[in-house]
Amino acid sequence: MTPKDPAAEKLWFSGNEALALGAFEASVKVASGYPGTPSTEILENLSTYPAVYSEWAPNEKVALEVAIGASFAGVRALATMKHVGLNVAADPLFTASYTGVRGGLVVVVADDPSMYSSQNEQDSRNYAYAAKLPMLEPADPGEAKEFLKLAYRISEQFDTPVLLRSCTRVAHVKGVVSRGEIQASSVSPGLIRNPAQMVMLPAHARGRRIAIAERQKQMAAFAETWAENRVELGEDRAIGIIAAGTSYLYAKEAFPNASFLKLGMVTPLPEKLIRDFASQVETLYIVEDLDPFIEMRVKAMGITCIGKEKIPAIGELTPSVVRKAITGETGSATFGPVELPPRPPNMCAGCPHRGLFYNLNRLKVFVSGDIGCYTLGALPPLSAMDACVCMGASIGMAHGMAKALGEEGLGKAVAVIGDSTFIHSGVNSLINTVYNKSYSTVIILDNRITAMTGQQPNPASGSTIMGEPANSIDFPELCRAIGVKHVRTVNPHDIEATYAVLKEEIERPEPSVVITRFPCVLTPAEKKRPKTSFVSDTEKCTGCGMCLRLGCPAINWVALSPEEARAMGKKEKQKGYALINETTCIGCGQCLSLCKFEAITCGEGK
Amino acid sequence: MNDYGNIHFCGVGGQGILLASELTAHALLAAGFDAKKSEVHGMAQRGGSVEAHLRFGRNRVYSPLIEPGTVDIMLAFEMMEAVRYLPLLNQQSTVIVNTQKIAPPAVATGKMTYPDQCLNELTSRGIAVVGVDAFAIARKVGNLKAVNVALVGVLSRYLPVNEETWLEVIKKRLPAKIVEVNLKAFQEGRKAGK
Repeated sequence: MTPKDPAAEKLWFSGNEALALGAFEASVKVASGYPGTPSTEILENLSTYPAVYSEWAPNEKVALEVAIGASFAGVRALATMKHVGLNVAADPLFTASYTGVRGGLVVVVADDPSMYSSQNEQDSRNYAYAAKLPMLEPADPGEAKEFLKLAYRISEQFDTPVLLRSCTRVAHVKGVVSRGEIQASSVSPGLIRNPAQMVMLPAHARGRRIAIAERQKQMAAFAETWAENRVELGEDRAIGIIAAGTSYLYAKEAFPNASFLKLGMVTPLPEKLIRDFASQVETLYIVEDLDPFIEMRVKAMGITCIGKEKIPAIGELTPSVVRKAITGETGSATFGPVELPPRPPNMCAGCPHRGLFYNLNRLKVFVSGDIGCYTLGALPPLSAMDACVCMGASIGMAHGMAKALGEEGLGKAVAVIGDSTFIHSGVNSLINTVYNKSYSTVIILDNRITAMTGQQPNPASGSTIMGEPANSIDFPELCRAIGVKHVRTVNPHDIEATYAVLKEEIERPEPSVVITRFPCVLTPAEKKRPKTSFVSDTEKCTGCGMCLRLGCPAINWVALSPEEARAMGKKEKQKGYALINETTCIGCGQCLSLCKFEAITCGEGK
Repeated sequence: MNDYGNIHFCGVGGQGILLASELTAHALLAAGFDAKKSEVHGMAQRGGSVEAHLRFGRNRVYSPLIEPGTVDIMLAFEMMEAVRYLPLLNQQSTVIVNTQKIAPPAVATGKMTYPDQCLNELTSRGIAVVGVDAFAIARKVGNLKAVNVALVGVLSRYLPVNEETWLEVIKKRLPAKIVEVNLKAFQEGRKAGK
């Protein structure tokens, strides 16, 4: 056997792991991002490479600005985010297109067709067009790594930030990836003054606007011959398909013998290559997830093609969706679904948010909500969230409600927002609430971590992505500095104390903040903490159902027939009893305080 | 299935489904196949229904998604979840199911009932169902968390990968302190299969 070549080593990597390796191999020096499914694991993995500085920023706009600064200082830089994060980062993005770069600058944006873990389904390709930037779109983990390295070359060669579009089925797909060579940057670190390019005064920007037009022409010419825009003429010329990214894989699976123009770059498009390909096939289809992005441009070239009139624009494509759209065949599906009780996601057993939402349900207030695990507070039986739009919106919306309703609205609406979301973009709105003399109550759900995306540390957690100790924002002090006079901190597991504080603050005709502070059960420290589960005294349980109103996954209803009830020594009309699952219960104690019959008691430590 | 195949893993968030799919993927890769696997993370993982698609082949695998009606083997960690993904199955599919019931919220709060005899939905359509009490295997080997590897042991009977390769993968991929117990769980599962 020959000695093992590290470059030949086959790795089984997710798209996000592959992107982290790609950033490392591209000699990225500074990487910043904000967690968001499906992009989160890029930075989590990159933080394990000592050669790269990685950080969680408070939001995507900050992350991109950090990356722009690093690029200006002459090193390769990366910003990562999910599709809705690019909305937040759009402001620096559009002008970074004008300034161009020194060190290569790439923004990885991960779309979520079908909204597996998102509040909307947007197509980030539109940003690339609007910001006049090139965008690459890999199909699988192997391509993700290679395309990221290519993106850095393009960035430095054409003096442009480059967007790389990932999606759920690249980010969270695993495939075979090979290690590659380390690729050096073509620039050297250092600060070089160049105000005409880096200071976007109107006079400078007008000059750069012309430079961008020239760059777009050069990029379009480059796209014509770039190896990753490739034609694969098949045996079948009757069907020709233009596709990029995962859409290519689905179409290839559905039509293995068809002819393909596989695009690695979705802006700008290679017009001549497209015309040549179109002339060689009988019917041209554009297969793409979400918007008719390529289709509209191909149609604008005057080329006849079939796109969204057949290919769905809603939800992610799959091989069978593509096959059915083009041929009308339904494939081999033989069985329809069976109706079953749904299994939606739920807050964990012992989640501190549960106690708060139980109380908000009792208080019957209109809850202006936000993005995080706690959005699950909208689901029954808690049913205590009435609005949720985007990161940080809860506080501004509650203020808007207060201004719309005036005195009539006092005590009727509250905002709920997690610690990380508050830092992301809620804090600005709290400033507005105080400055513009609102009366709304803001509840900060401080569970010490960014939980939904998988326990990433944030500026209040006390540590960095690299695991180093860091400052932890003092929320009460921050709120007081903003001008909130009434700031209260409660333990949300203490149902009655939390209720009393909420009631007082909600009715107050001034801005107030209630911080419900208890760590997420999934933080490493909480996982290690010794716990004592609670146990049900099934003899004492009357089946009143109070504890079930928490919707805790550790509490199960056991139905009883009249005979069974009698056999247990209960009244015949008792329909059942509540049983705590001692393996999943972590002893948060919320149910204990709700039981009026002493049917829940402290069990043994575990 | 000697040259290519589609394996579907399903169950409830927190049951160790992703680890089971990882071990299986590594075994197939070690046996010389190409493979792709698709998972869903984030909000869906919070105690909800969780699935992973694993496709393998002697030649390049394109799509990471299994099409409806094309699953060769399903490894279901929970009974009702096996039925939930029925549209992915066909009459030649084999379903290995852990005979465990986990109540979803509507059942846990008494609003709905857990469907009685739900596996009949599969057998009545001619689908081969292999029921396994993986919890009992895990208890027998002395670690309740070994349920997932016990199920992988059952699955191993149906895949073109030899036993040694599986054992190597378990040794290489699991933390040293849990390797022994999981090797036992795998072998007990393998005995229970076929």
